Amino acid sequence: MNIKRLSACALLALGLGAVATAQAHRAWMLPSATVLSGDNAWVTVDGAVSNSLFYFEHHPLRLERLEILSPTGAQVEAQNRAEGRYRSMFDVELTEEGTYTLQMHRQGAFARYQLDGEPKRWSGPVNRIDEIPANATDLQVSEIDSRMQVFVTRGEPSNANFKPTGQGIELLPLTHPNDLVTEEPVSFQFLVDGNPAEGLSLLLIRDGIRYRDQVGEIELTTNAEGRVELVFDEPGMYWLEVELEQPSQHIDGAKRRLSYSATLEVLPL
Amino acid sequence: MQWKKLTAALLLSSATGPVLAVALSVQVEIPSLQVAEYHRPYVALWIETDKGRHQQDLAVWYDLEMKDNEGTKWLKDLSLWWRRSGRQLEFPVDGLSGATRPVGTHELFFAADSPQLANLPEGAYHLVVEAAREVGGREVIRLPFQWPVTHTQQQQQQGEHELGRVALQLMP
Repeated sequence: MNIKRLSACALLALGLGAVATAQAHRAWMLPSATVLSGDNAWVTVDGAVSNSLFYFEHHPLRLERLEILSPTGAQVEAQNRAEGRYRSMFDVELTEEGTYTLQMHRQGAFARYQLDGEPKRWSGPVNRIDEIPANATDLQVSEIDSRMQVFVTRGEPSNANFKPTGQGIELLPLTHPNDLVTEEPVSFQFLVDGNPAEGLSLLLIRDGIRYRDQVGEIELTTNAEGRVELVFDEPGMYWLEVELEQPSQHIDGAKRRLSYSATLEVLPL
Repeated sequence: MQWKKLTAALLLSSATGPVLAVALSVQVEIPSLQVAEYHRPYVALWIETDKGRHQQDLAVWYDLEMKDNEGTKWLKDLSLWWRRSGRQLEFPVDGLSGATRPVGTHELFFAADSPQLANLPEGAYHLVVEAAREVGGREVIRLPFQWPVTHTQQQQQQGEHELGRVALQLMP
């Protein structure tokens, strides 16, 4: 199947309005600490896909795409990886001073279709969508760019890992993500494909949903410079999510779905 | 120690040393706590401007004696001080690091020409004392003062959780 053909199918699928994009589940990583001192510092990190934050209740997070960058940009190996029924976990030894970035960046295309009456799914690089059988029906395809990040700092926070790559949604810390406290203004900038993104909707949800009646989401929108500013009233672990849908530049008629998520710790002042 | 006794001590040592240079003294009481598991608190003392900007570290008491510098693992629990200063330092720090102190009142003296005070610009400041205890809590006390010292200033506050009485005296 070539791209043109696919696009026709995609258009068809879109026309049917059958694209089920809504994914209620949230994917996240939860570090044991984000601010560390001492010469022998480790963090242990849980990963899960769940509805409620931060509870293990649905699926473990797959760690295939996990990438860990040291403060100097070196690739760090995750240790003690394990996958349980509801969560996965790994450890990271923080041998350098500064900020480590733990991330998963997923790019490519995702498709659902029917083949001989069977529902099928396919995902892969955009340039390999011709792997989808030509006789597939009910094809729904979208381009994906999703990024999930967690930051942990031993000693003084550092910024070397925040150089934008120009791909997907990225966070530029005007306030360092490991320097968040209640009562002090926090500001972040968001880029889409390297450019400041106006009008992005941000969602922040604090840990411990089980113990309160209202989720209490914080909703924010980026300004013309792609910035948001806020003051956290309560300390805790927060899950940040940004989602954006735009037309794909690579697959005619398909949507490109971009997302960014991060787990941020806010400490009491 | 009472202020009277302190004065006496100062006078006494004036015979042998540059006592008149003593400008700032702090008393920190580590309270006796009825808890199942007690560890001596980590304590940091520093000077910040009245706007809350970190100016000068005075002392940090932590588990200095542990092998492999392991006591530094909990320095981040002095979370205010860690953010303001500690995370920028390499431990131990000469003239700053000290061992944790037992229950009781502990005093620190700083001369006007000491490295801690010699370069302090004229202004309004707070002495900040932060304590954090393993399996316990955290407490911060601030006492205001003016620098340089033109007249004797005394401030004190009673802690409620991890600190007892904290007192500051400045003498011209």
